[in-house]
Amino acid sequence: MGQKGRAEFKNPVIAWVDERLPLFSMMKNEYGVFPTPKNFNYFWNFGAIAMVMLITMIATGLVLAMNYAANTGLAFESVERIMRDVNYGWLLRYVHANGASMFFVAVYIHIFRGLYYGSYKRPRELLWILGVLIFLLMMATAFMGYVLPWGQMSFWGATVITNLFSAIPLVGEHIVTWLWGGFSVDNPTLNRFFVFHFLLPFVIVGVVFMHIWALHVTGSSNPLGIEMKTEKDSVPFHPYYTMKDGFGILVFLIFYCLFVFFAPNTLGHPDNYIPANPMQTPPHIVPEWYFLPFYAILRAAPDIGIPFTKIILISSKLAGVIGMFGSIAILFILPWLDRSPIRSSIFRPWYSKAMIVFVIAFILLGCAGYNPADANLTLFGRDTHIPWLWIARVAALYYFAHFLVLVPLFAKFEPRPELPPSIHEAVLAKKNNGGKPVAPAPMER
Amino acid sequence: MDDDQLIQKELLPNEQSPTEPTRRDFLYLTAAAFGAVGVGSVAWPFIHSLNPAADTLALSTTEVNIGAVEPGQAITITWRGKPVFIRRRTPKEIDEAAQVKLDELRDPQADKDRVQKPEWLILVGVCTHLGCVPLGQKSSDPRGDYDGWFCPCHGSHYDTSGRVRKGPAPKNLAVPTYKFLSESKVLIG
Repeated sequence: MGQKGRAEFKNPVIAWVDERLPLFSMMKNEYGVFPTPKNFNYFWNFGAIAMVMLITMIATGLVLAMNYAANTGLAFESVERIMRDVNYGWLLRYVHANGASMFFVAVYIHIFRGLYYGSYKRPRELLWILGVLIFLLMMATAFMGYVLPWGQMSFWGATVITNLFSAIPLVGEHIVTWLWGGFSVDNPTLNRFFVFHFLLPFVIVGVVFMHIWALHVTGSSNPLGIEMKTEKDSVPFHPYYTMKDGFGILVFLIFYCLFVFFAPNTLGHPDNYIPANPMQTPPHIVPEWYFLPFYAILRAAPDIGIPFTKIILISSKLAGVIGMFGSIAILFILPWLDRSPIRSSIFRPWYSKAMIVFVIAFILLGCAGYNPADANLTLFGRDTHIPWLWIARVAALYYFAHFLVLVPLFAKFEPRPELPPSIHEAVLAKKNNGGKPVAPAPMER
Repeated sequence: MDDDQLIQKELLPNEQSPTEPTRRDFLYLTAAAFGAVGVGSVAWPFIHSLNPAADTLALSTTEVNIGAVEPGQAITITWRGKPVFIRRRTPKEIDEAAQVKLDELRDPQADKDRVQKPEWLILVGVCTHLGCVPLGQKSSDPRGDYDGWFCPCHGSHYDTSGRVRKGPAPKNLAVPTYKFLSESKVLIG
């Protein structure tokens, strides 16, 4: 973490330990007196909330694993045994299953925060990249975890997703056989997915550690997107943000508990309570909600060929796979696509609006992913004859245009208002203005 | 470069031009190459252990009795953990499959190249898009626009020869290796 001196401790035992391994100094420097911008809003809670979710998932996952059997003949039954016979097994499983959803809720809001307030910009590029890496690892972990109950959706979700790799030219089929350890999703596949589902969360813990380390080198960004200049701009992390984070975590846990106790299966699929049957595909395969926008991009891609000929350069299957992975890969290079020196959307009249459209496009993609491949949009019970496929295509196009066209263009041509001189002054001005933010004065570029 | 120059080079390493490769560069490169081979050969057992094991490979053939299948009927059997469709086609279906012009097809293949006996169509029942099992084996199933199979996952349509006609699937349904052991027995794999 940052290079700070050792702290003094009155307790002789703590002082003795700290002289030899400055753990207590580190905690004090990084979480006690750590200077933090004083103008965080509630969006800044979601990192801490995601951390709580990660710990919850590991804790519940550990005890669930003690009763789970990673074998195609036993898996489904062992999960049912957890639900019925294991003491509090139902609670632990529902906390774990809904916890995955809640982890994604927290992380999606956390990513939105980063996008909206420009947290990915210099000097926090690496911090952002580590975050995207965590997101990718989470997706892999969640996907493999969903396979473990060995229900119909588990099996067919695994089949569809592993088959994505067969789109790779030449070696695709071999890669898929290698992933499966056989000629279809079967016992070797379940076994290795369990191993990775167990391993990856600890890899995530490692990357999260680096993510936080990088955060504590650069310091947090803030809603104004201007750096802290003097002591007046900051407050110590404790007690100010331990309190605010604590409050946010409690509110989030209430939301989480509503699902665990009152709607534990709402976010899942009934089909996953049918044991896996390799001979029969369910009529409508849907991934978990947090994958829906990416699933829609996968399905939206058409054959890409030379116009007016029958020559196909990239089949829709390969194009879909490229689109789906590309939609996340693009996040890695975002800090270099957006060269605007202004971080926060508060001072970006164009980007802030594009972000709203982006969120709408992302939600539309999610809706498209939820609907069957050939369904039309129905509004108020009426068929509009607009195929979801086309909505998905438009939304997917916007998704990529946002990053590849709008963001670089805005960085060049968007008007740049004058930024407040400091966090402290902006906060005071807002207070004196009766709580309303002070309109930034427009300035010549 | 003659020997004198080489000796000079070795004795006076600081005076040589920086672009000239030295013996030391050669040693670095060979050491790195040997290291890479070493890492690769240690990594291979780990990687290869994830490939299908011997017992999995041993399940590679299945014998099927097809004596009870009437024209127009179809059965599904398991081969390597995957469904295999065996459909006894009606003359109308055979005719439909044979009539199709090859340039209408995404993955052009004549019907006669996909069957050993025109009556018996044997296919791996796995959609070439993302691996779902297409519908169309039961008479109550939807068979798509071309009277063959319909994949419910992403809407691919296959014809009476199992060739893709519509939807995102890039290829025709695969034909497994098989041979007829007798009039009523077929060995798949």
